[in-house]
Amino acid sequence: MPSQPERERRLSPEIRMTPKQLAKTLKQQFEGIVSGPVEFRGELTLELLDASRIAEVCQFAKTELDFDFLVDLTTIDNHEETPRWTAVYHIYGYEHFCHLRLKISVSEEESELPTVSSVWRTANWHEREAYDMMGIRFAGHPDLRRILMWEGYPYFPLRKDFPLAGKPSEMPDVAFSDPAPLEGGPFVTVAGGEDSTAREPRERNPNADR
Amino acid sequence: MTATQQIEVKDSAARSAQALDDLRDVQGEKMILNMGPSHPATHGVLRLVLELDGEIITKADPEIGYLHRGDEKIAENMTYNQFIPYTDRLDYLAPLANNVAYSLAVEKLLGIHDKLPERCQYIRVICCELARISAHLLGLGAFAMDVGALTVFLHTFTEREKIYNLIEALTGARFTTTYTRIGGLSRDLPEGWTDELAKFTQEISVAIGEADKLLTRNKIFVDRTRDVGVISREDAIDFGLTGPNLRGSNMEYDLRKAHPYLVYDQLDFDVPYGEVGDCYDRYLVRMEEMRQSVRLLDQCLAKLPGGPINVDDGKIILPDKQKVLSNMEELIHQFMLVTQGQDAPAGEVYFGAENPKGELGFYIFSKGGGVPYRLKIRAPSFANLSILSHTLPGHMISDVVAILGSLDFVMGECDR
Repeated sequence: MPSQPERERRLSPEIRMTPKQLAKTLKQQFEGIVSGPVEFRGELTLELLDASRIAEVCQFAKTELDFDFLVDLTTIDNHEETPRWTAVYHIYGYEHFCHLRLKISVSEEESELPTVSSVWRTANWHEREAYDMMGIRFAGHPDLRRILMWEGYPYFPLRKDFPLAGKPSEMPDVAFSDPAPLEGGPFVTVAGGEDSTAREPRERNPNADR
Repeated sequence: MTATQQIEVKDSAARSAQALDDLRDVQGEKMILNMGPSHPATHGVLRLVLELDGEIITKADPEIGYLHRGDEKIAENMTYNQFIPYTDRLDYLAPLANNVAYSLAVEKLLGIHDKLPERCQYIRVICCELARISAHLLGLGAFAMDVGALTVFLHTFTEREKIYNLIEALTGARFTTTYTRIGGLSRDLPEGWTDELAKFTQEISVAIGEADKLLTRNKIFVDRTRDVGVISREDAIDFGLTGPNLRGSNMEYDLRKAHPYLVYDQLDFDVPYGEVGDCYDRYLVRMEEMRQSVRLLDQCLAKLPGGPINVDDGKIILPDKQKVLSNMEELIHQFMLVTQGQDAPAGEVYFGAENPKGELGFYIFSKGGGVPYRLKIRAPSFANLSILSHTLPGHMISDVVAILGSLDFVMGECDR
């Protein structure tokens, strides 16, 4: 951590790095495996093409580019598309006040990423949650256990093919092992439907298959 | 045979050395202690699996998830406005602040975050700061109670009652407020509410002073919190601590200053921060933050502009009921909003707000339409609790309650 005058100097508008400059530096360093940046609503997203090098890229971002804070780590299920998973890393630097988003695609067959918990220790729990909810494993993680669901729970509930109402599980006497009686509520909007009729929140028969 | 054994008996010095070794073996035996999920100091349903050597903690493993309701899954299955009631139940000590943070995230996705009317922004700041005072009053009261000062809790709860009355007058509910709407607010301030709030800011200043007198130089309180649970600035950043817990660790950082949202850049307030990062510093930061919130409330009351509270866009905000009953266009807008929600563009945004517990962030990945494809809630309590397994070892069991109280977490938000 730099001293107070050094921090103030780095934060002065003349030499303060912008997210664009930082993204450019990162792209130059990892020539060919970083694409972007894409800008939307003032936020920059970089896509990493080689999932196996995420830890290396993150280590560089932390030590060389002062991204000392992993804000969030999350995953998206691109159901019925390939590659199936997208991992999203939000990184931030207290030295330059810049946000950057890194995205990596992971195939369903692989479903594994190198851990970044050695770069930022906060990633430990975030990765456990990603594993718990989506079933993506993190190679080299010191303690990859379920975190929100209970040990031994057989499903990954944030996957798109997991129904909102839940699934019956084999474990006897465990709460939520039967589907919720209302299939998640009769007036719930269906996500991602192509036409408005299918998406509209209308009363549904809980016993009918969607 | 027996004679041989007698010869082998050691002299007294050796015997006492042997006894000491035996004692060490007994002391060296580790014990596992389960704290929670139902324990008064775990403020909800946190479970700590502690490995103890005597009274010293050698290993701590927090178990969370007892309050997991699948909020992110639920969000994928409803329109943006429908999810606002669920945000009440994240940090349920500051539902108003959650409503504001979530609405701002969706408004950023819709591209209307800079079109919010001034009055709406000021009212939202008032909501956030009221929520902050309310959350800190409870946090401090419960913290003091855990380390043995019960009176403070009773004082702060009296003040929270006043905040609840204000919130009830404002939103119609005391606890689950659901006050904001995407693009505005559910209703304007009721008549006479600002006078009530002005009266409250006078009273709360006195009450904060009283709590300050009861705790800040209280020998027992200081002994139990000073140099306990020290978190260095490097650790705080590395473990993703945010909010008062980060500031307690000698880090002058506040999202309201660093990335101002709403009208925080037009208001005057200071960011308190601690020196060593112990429980006492985190307590002091919260105490001062309440004073700064009162300052902000007073400024908002003085500057509160008139005018509309919602964006002027029929595709975002429900139209006036009279117009719905008489005009075709408004009728269509109402129908579309209720059945399909706001038509968001495809794209992704992250918005983090400075909530009482830290940075509450929403990451929304949209493929277009009225429903998010993926909504991730970045809960401050989740990251704040992950440091426990690093901080607790080496402390006594009685320090656990002080450290937990000073970290001031909410499981509703941690488990989502």
